[in-house]
Amino acid sequence: MKEEKIMISNNIRRLRFFANEMTQQELADKTGVTRQTIVAIENGKYFPSLELAFRIAYTFSVQLSDVFAYFPENDPVHKKVIAKQSKKEKQ
Amino acid sequence: MGHHEKQSIVSIIGSVLVIGFYSLYVYRNYIQADMELLNDFQFWGKSFLYLIPVAIVVQIVIQILFAIANRIITQEDLPDITDERDKLIELKCIRISHWIFILGFMLAMGSLAAGMKPYVMFLTLISSGFLATLASEIAKIIYYRMGA
Repeated sequence: MKEEKIMISNNIRRLRFFANEMTQQELADKTGVTRQTIVAIENGKYFPSLELAFRIAYTFSVQLSDVFAYFPENDPVHKKVIAKQSKKEKQ
Repeated sequence: MGHHEKQSIVSIIGSVLVIGFYSLYVYRNYIQADMELLNDFQFWGKSFLYLIPVAIVVQIVIQILFAIANRIITQEDLPDITDERDKLIELKCIRISHWIFILGFMLAMGSLAAGMKPYVMFLTLISSGFLATLASEIAKIIYYRMGA
């Protein structure tokens, strides 16, 4: 099976658990989106806008970095930038 | 299956019904009696002008009936908000439908340039509009399944 490399992971499921088992619908209502959007974010199928990401963090009273984690080694754009930089340095 | 996916399926069925019945109606009542009408620009102009409001009204009626039936069967309320993901999916689907329609428009003009009869151009235009609607709704279902 092909291993999926995650570029941005999230702790929303864990944060909901520690917030008195907050339901996806409750989180959706508090952040002004639909439950389907929360489901998609939790499953890593949709990356929210910065605005929504901050709203989610604010709902749990945590920092943005406590909700989302970025893995540059799995980011194709970051890889391209690094490759371009190393090419320039060699020249 | 989410509400938007169901709505898209209903919309596809609605589009197929509208174009199917409208084509059959126009063919049986007008074209069958006088095949020369196919080359009459006024006939095509009228057909297009009547199709657009008919399609809009039928789609609205079908969506209302679907909303009522869905509420009765599933006891679910209609989503009262359109969030950023909905808007993003909508934009992606509009882009797909625009590209398909542009391609159809080019084909339609190409048929004229190639010296084909005018009805080929009109049929290509109607078909591309129909395909653009279908592709948009199918893309919507796929995007909602994929996440965005």
